[in-house]
Amino acid sequence: MTDDYPDEVAGPFPRPPTTFEDREGRSITIRRYDPEDREALTAMYEAFDPADRAQGIPPTSEKRITEWLDAITGEETVNVVAVHEGSAVGHATLVPDEPANTAELAIFVLQDYQHAGIGTRLLKTLLGAGAAVGFERVWLSVERWNDPAISLYEKVGFRASDTESFEHEMSIRLADQTESTG
Amino acid sequence: MKLLLGIGGSDDSIRALERTVARVAETGDDLTVAILRNPATEADPEGIEQRVRAVLDDAATSASVRHLDGDPGSRLVELAEQEEYDRIVLGGGETSPMGKIKLGGIAEFVLLNSHVSVTLVR
Repeated sequence: MTDDYPDEVAGPFPRPPTTFEDREGRSITIRRYDPEDREALTAMYEAFDPADRAQGIPPTSEKRITEWLDAITGEETVNVVAVHEGSAVGHATLVPDEPANTAELAIFVLQDYQHAGIGTRLLKTLLGAGAAVGFERVWLSVERWNDPAISLYEKVGFRASDTESFEHEMSIRLADQTESTG
Repeated sequence: MKLLLGIGGSDDSIRALERTVARVAETGDDLTVAILRNPATEADPEGIEQRVRAVLDDAATSASVRHLDGDPGSRLVELAEQEEYDRIVLGGGETSPMGKIKLGGIAEFVLLNSHVSVTLVR
């Protein structure tokens, strides 16, 4: 968890749903996750190349995938899925963290759909959905050798907040801090 | 086997203590518990030692307990190499709300610098 966020507010970001053509000419729809998407999402993670895992997620066995998806689609989380012809091909999620209105972010795009502009759209749309429900600060961690991912996060507005360990932490501010009522 | 467990008071280090002591109770390995000064936790060394003694008592197991002052990772590696331990044991990191594993600072240093085998407890 980071406690260092940019002063500047990023965005505004688009809200789901959105449909666009990716760089391969495929029609991709990004929308809020619905419990009915669960089967498609599980199938996506079962097909996910383990070489693209980061810091232990996504998990690999069916049991661990189930437990993990239960946790990250639970109450007060925000999830968006990228869908192509009925299949989930990308997923991004915000999971609440301390203090209030803070979330940790993760994003996954199925290997055959990477490098097609889907990740950028997915990320922006997730941040739009997150801002709409009141998240003010979002952070993530990324392996420090993962330059393409770091560039993507920077392009969207994330800034490095902790670069001293194996994983870089990055953060973004979605709204000014709520006025204290205390 | 001669084991050196490093513990600085973080949750994962406490878990490593409990699991290692349970295992030593079965194997009879020669265990040393080194209490470290982990800058990332506010745990006081005396409190950690009480916790260590309690876990050892519960398992009816004995171990030498030592305090290492100064930089935790380098002191631990130094001790392991000088006194010819077979293995260093450490907590394997915390898990973020997302479920991502984040290695602690001591474990990072030890993994990169130790000539002695290292076990991270998950």
